[in-house]
Amino acid sequence: MAESAVPILEMKNVGKIFSQNGRAIEALRGANLRVKKGEFICLIGASGCGKSTLLRLAAGFEAATSGDNLMWGMPITGPGPSRGMVFQDYGLFPWLNVRDNIGFGPKSRGRPKGEIKETADRFIELVGLQNFSDVYPHQLSGGMKQRVAIARVLANDAEIVLMDEPFGALDAMTRERLQDELVEIWSRTGMTVLFVTHSIEEAIFLADRVVVMSPGPGRIDDEHVIDLGRPRDIASAEFNEWRRLLASRLHSHHARKAG
Amino acid sequence: MSTLASNREQETSAARKPDRIAWLPRLRPVLLGLAFPIALLAIWHFFTAGRPGSLIPPPHDVWLELWDLAFGGINDDAYSRTLYVHLLASVARVYGGFAMALMVALPLGMLIGRVALVRQLIDPTIQILRPVPVTAWLPLAMIIFGLGPRSAIFLVFLGAFYPILLNTVFGVRSVEPRLFEAAAMLGCTGSAQFFRVVLPAALPSIFTGMRLGLGFAWVVIVVGEMTGVQTGLGAIIMEARQLSRTEIVICGMIVIGVFGFLSDQLVMLIGRRLLAWSPSYG
Repeated sequence: MAESAVPILEMKNVGKIFSQNGRAIEALRGANLRVKKGEFICLIGASGCGKSTLLRLAAGFEAATSGDNLMWGMPITGPGPSRGMVFQDYGLFPWLNVRDNIGFGPKSRGRPKGEIKETADRFIELVGLQNFSDVYPHQLSGGMKQRVAIARVLANDAEIVLMDEPFGALDAMTRERLQDELVEIWSRTGMTVLFVTHSIEEAIFLADRVVVMSPGPGRIDDEHVIDLGRPRDIASAEFNEWRRLLASRLHSHHARKAG
Repeated sequence: MSTLASNREQETSAARKPDRIAWLPRLRPVLLGLAFPIALLAIWHFFTAGRPGSLIPPPHDVWLELWDLAFGGINDDAYSRTLYVHLLASVARVYGGFAMALMVALPLGMLIGRVALVRQLIDPTIQILRPVPVTAWLPLAMIIFGLGPRSAIFLVFLGAFYPILLNTVFGVRSVEPRLFEAAAMLGCTGSAQFFRVVLPAALPSIFTGMRLGLGFAWVVIVVGEMTGVQTGLGAIIMEARQLSRTEIVICGMIVIGVFGFLSDQLVMLIGRRLLAWSPSYG
């Protein structure tokens, strides 16, 4: 089919230069990326490699300095509900309870009250927060807040979910659990995910495809299709092989930079 | 910071409500809060009772005067049973001036906070006018608004105006930038963001400003009623002072204190209802 050939998200030779106190800082240079519908992609790299910048460009929070930044072949001109973002610091509205946070998007788009509530409740159930619908964010743990943030984006019919180190601030146990849940939700809903992380293990566990980036200036180095079946066993030999391979890829960049 | 369940996340949420109210721990702060004024009262009594030369009347005389002001039947002079009139006049001015301050300071504060042009135009003037004490405005107020309640209301307005304005400006300016991004990616952009993000985010600050403003309104009422009005708690305090009726002065002080306190409690009650989501109010 011709339609499926058009990627949901496409970056062609995208560059981003920030000017800070009159100094130009090149955050991203010549990035090329094609994301197909339903794919789970992880961006990985050391800090300063431009992975968060790339994500913010995809969200429309920043405009590219050069190159084409396209969704379904159309230029991205600003943030919009088709590209939902999950922030590391949650970004929940503290004055809204769980249900209203999740209903924020549908409400913004003028949906009728009954439908908003129904949608919110459906996604509350999806992330398992039925007992917390009326609770305010400051009463929730970090893992629960991030569940709300994910549900909020999904409830708004986001076609692609952009996640910026979403589990980075969580403890290890909660983190593993949310990774499991995310994979499950992804396989159930067929959503597309672009996920930034600095954890090699997280990337291999989650992604169909891992994109490796390196700093100075930020750029994409290579891509790896993770051909492991799901659910993935992080203790398996194949998983370890991937871990070793990606670690060497990342470290070789460090060595190259130092040299 | 209260976290319902930090480690095991899915536990029931109802565990927080205590089903039996323990009375002693609840009563303790009340008792402690009363202990200090009772001690002050005792000291006051000790130094003034039974000393005819004392310029400060003893607590018992003040109590009798307060009773007479409220219900009459003791002195039966010009002040008997006039407390309601004065209280009502003062309350009307306090809330009148406060309401006017709200009507001006809230929209102005939002504009100064969110519109650079308005900020650059008005903020410097406000910063210079702000340190001018309300008392200093008294002569000008009497020239502009004449003798009478209008000057009083104006001074109360001024007293309440700055705290409301400054806290509103602070509130609408210090919205976390992340929340604008979150709203934008959910489809809430432009002016809708003002009502769905800026306003609710600024509400705790605005409320703090309102609370401070109402407090100042009560503080300023005595000065405000020095402008030649016949009624009001400030007016009888000033009049009683000239007549050396110190017990009436003290009665006026007590009534202002009590009603200022009650009105602050009322605001806090509303605040707790409205801002249950905020860790600093709820």
